[in-house]
Amino acid sequence: MALAKDYASVMGRSNDIQKQALGLDYAEFETSPIAFDYDKLMTSTGYTLEEVNRVQSQFGVGNTPLLEARNITKLARKYAKPGYGARIFIKDEAANPSGSFKDRRAACAVYHAKKLGYKGVMAATSGNYGAAVASQAAIQGLKCIIVQECYDSHGVGQPEIVEKARKCEALGAEVVQLTVGPELFYSFLSILEDTGYFNASLYSPFGIAGVDTLGYEIVQQCREKLGKDPDMVVCTTAGGGMTTGTARGVRMAGCDAEIVGASIDLSGLSMASDVDFNKKSCTTGHTGFGVPYATDPDHSDVPRSAARPLRYMDRYVTITQGEIMEMTEMLAQLEGIERGPAGQTSLAAAFSLAQDLPEDAILVVSETEYTGAGKHVQPQLWFAKQNGIDVRLGDPKDEVPGKSVVLPASPALFQYKEADIDHFRQSLIKKAVKKAGVKPSDSDLEFLAEETKTDVDFVKATLEENGLL
Amino acid sequence: MAKKGDWVRIHSVVLKAEERTAKLPDDTKACDLEQWTKGFLTEDAEIGDEVTVETVVGRMEKGTLIDDAPYYDHDYGHFVPELIEVDKVLREEMAEIGGIR
Repeated sequence: MALAKDYASVMGRSNDIQKQALGLDYAEFETSPIAFDYDKLMTSTGYTLEEVNRVQSQFGVGNTPLLEARNITKLARKYAKPGYGARIFIKDEAANPSGSFKDRRAACAVYHAKKLGYKGVMAATSGNYGAAVASQAAIQGLKCIIVQECYDSHGVGQPEIVEKARKCEALGAEVVQLTVGPELFYSFLSILEDTGYFNASLYSPFGIAGVDTLGYEIVQQCREKLGKDPDMVVCTTAGGGMTTGTARGVRMAGCDAEIVGASIDLSGLSMASDVDFNKKSCTTGHTGFGVPYATDPDHSDVPRSAARPLRYMDRYVTITQGEIMEMTEMLAQLEGIERGPAGQTSLAAAFSLAQDLPEDAILVVSETEYTGAGKHVQPQLWFAKQNGIDVRLGDPKDEVPGKSVVLPASPALFQYKEADIDHFRQSLIKKAVKKAGVKPSDSDLEFLAEETKTDVDFVKATLEENGLL
Repeated sequence: MAKKGDWVRIHSVVLKAEERTAKLPDDTKACDLEQWTKGFLTEDAEIGDEVTVETVVGRMEKGTLIDDAPYYDHDYGHFVPELIEVDKVLREEMAEIGGIR
């Protein structure tokens, strides 16, 4: 008998569809209603650093150049106090086959799908990951469907996302596009069920293990080039995979660099709002993903996300859309490298963070992304103007997401904003306990301390304060 | 008239506004959840007809035919004078510190 394909029926079969589509039963990692064995999840699929490196090398992924941004460093020093202004290096991830670090995740996910015998892969993403999965599916010989949230109710597409659709099709994938709303997941599951394809989730253990090599390469390249370890690594934070994997790789290399997560400040804009959808001038790397995924990692398309940035992040900073756009222009004008804006989130933050560090310190920005029509500072600013956004030069502190994009009138005005990471840690702890609806045991408290890079006392204090212990 | 085998774009409504039960802002709740994909037309049809296409992965998908020979027209946008202003500022700032510009 044919299965009912209405919303309630498909969503009701969600767990079974996901289990079938991942070839992984997450139940075996659960240790209590609150806790699960993260290390076991990460090692269960056998993707050690060596194995990931072998897979990625085979498919043209990784070993991207580490470029020194000499002129940007020079300019940052102009605004720093004497003796300050770290050397800024950029990991040029745009050099991967599809133009972003997402190839690292896709290479492993597609490899795993093929190994398990799936005929095709699917991913729900409006970002660079779609192109990455399409590219790896082409290289490794599997079919590919990408589902993306692309249009508002008037059929107006975000130019950045439209370009990604074009790229996915150019790489041989079918692209299913939807209007705004989380029910995209219903369409995704329904097609997944019909096709029997593999869910190349961004948040699978192999997807995240794929990013470990990025952090590892950064440390190795610093040691080779500079004879020393980086002091700070800045990672753009959206779903948390970049930050999680890069930090894991940095630690695997035996480096204790400070890990800073950076997101574009889009506070005040609703991610599920039809009206707000095209008021965003950047569609990724922003707080609309960064904060909810950091504080509640398990609301993604897998039962337990392998991307858990609060386990690794030392600091979380935000930066404005105007600063990102100007940094993109700066990278082109001063370093001769034209790249996409969203990938510059961490570089815009780094320009300001570098000024807090001494001149001999090494600061590494973990990524760049490809650029092209639609996905470029000029069309994105033009699109903003068409949507009534006030684009002007001024002090980026005055930017109001959804109302203005303020390009710094002087590079001296770049200034990251320190987010209250302890607040996010407390938020994760509260959400995890409330969701489970049970009183946490001693081992749960230890789990939550690991989840938030804190200690049991911090977890206890948070729970007591909120009447949850 | 689109011919069987043409590369076309189709549109469908996945959920009507009143069928949307997820937690949504009011503006989104008032809209249908719409979907688009592309494929090869399985029989001759006119724009606006209900049709079936075979997508590049071989999936059969139904929807309203909205475009025959669809293409992308996203571009590099119009002139944004603020960017030229930023470039000028950057050149001046670099000149002050002996930069090449």
